Amino acid sequence: MAEFLLPANSRIKKGKHFPASGESTNIRRYAVYRYDPDAGENPRVDTYDVDMDHCGPMVLDALIKIKNEIDPTLTFRRSCREGICGSCAMNIDGGNTLACTVAADSIKGDVKVYPLPHMPVVKDLVPDLTNFYAQYASIKPWLQSRTPAPPDRERLQSKEDQELINEPAACILCACCSAGCPSYWWNSDRYLGPAVLLAAYRWLVDSRDDATGERLDYLEDPFRLYRCHTIMNCTQTCPKGLNPAQAIAETKKMLAERRY
Amino acid sequence: MTLSILHRVTGVALSVGLIVLTIWLVALSTGAAAYEQITALMQSIVGRLLLAGFSFAFFFHLCNGVRHLFWDVGKGFEIRQANASAWSVVLATSVLTLGLWLAL
Repeated sequence: MAEFLLPANSRIKKGKHFPASGESTNIRRYAVYRYDPDAGENPRVDTYDVDMDHCGPMVLDALIKIKNEIDPTLTFRRSCREGICGSCAMNIDGGNTLACTVAADSIKGDVKVYPLPHMPVVKDLVPDLTNFYAQYASIKPWLQSRTPAPPDRERLQSKEDQELINEPAACILCACCSAGCPSYWWNSDRYLGPAVLLAAYRWLVDSRDDATGERLDYLEDPFRLYRCHTIMNCTQTCPKGLNPAQAIAETKKMLAERRY
Repeated sequence: MTLSILHRVTGVALSVGLIVLTIWLVALSTGAAAYEQITALMQSIVGRLLLAGFSFAFFFHLCNGVRHLFWDVGKGFEIRQANASAWSVVLATSVLTLGLWLAL
């Protein structure tokens, strides 16, 4: 069910302020969501003044600088720092995106950094993605072929067939879209969400896959697929510029065409 | 996202508005006295505001519904197109609502 207020123990309090130590005049203030489940306290927003003369351009650079030089207790995921691993997905300046691909200069005022919305928080900016990954596994994201592979080469595709999966296969499973979808906020226990449905579509249109019927059977469900109401937040927020909303619409069309 | 939630809100408003319309029709079948009473009520400032809201909800739901029909056939999913269709819906709703009340 829809909840409009956070539970009392999740309401965000004002946190500590960490002023800049040096004499730099090029200061940027970062307001960062902090939560430690072991402390038994409410989440808070700490503010850090970051010396941008000695900091890389991206929001992730500043977070790493904060962790290295100001407050080592700050916790977040990061890995590739070039937008291909999806680890540093978080809510920056009100939108879900990758901290490593957002330049601090592109944001006006204080840089507000929160974890992905409506996900359980493990600590600070680290969301619990267990349900998200379980849903991904549920769509069987691997090739299911009934025919034996040619003995002397790979299963080849035409250029046109390859182009069908180009875009959906470029998804990095950062969960920005699913965490930005109101339907997923309310029904993530049963609705698969845009990221997983985009992944499902990737296998539906794969010319080498023979399980299209079973895949559609699994998706034909009031909740798994049809909780998508074309709100378009997924496409709007995708840091890779992909279009989960369109993939979901195409999946709905496949189901409609199969029936008639 | 704004238009999406507005679509739902106007859908709820239309359902409530249809109850009011039904009451009006019931009053009509009940007799002249009841009909005049409810008509007077709907012609008051509050009544007119409610009717204006109802007509806005109707036109918005209609226009945005057409937008959803295009999405249902898989068209207009690029962000640029979705933004353009959103503003078209806002414009069409404003024109239709204002036009209706100016024509009355």
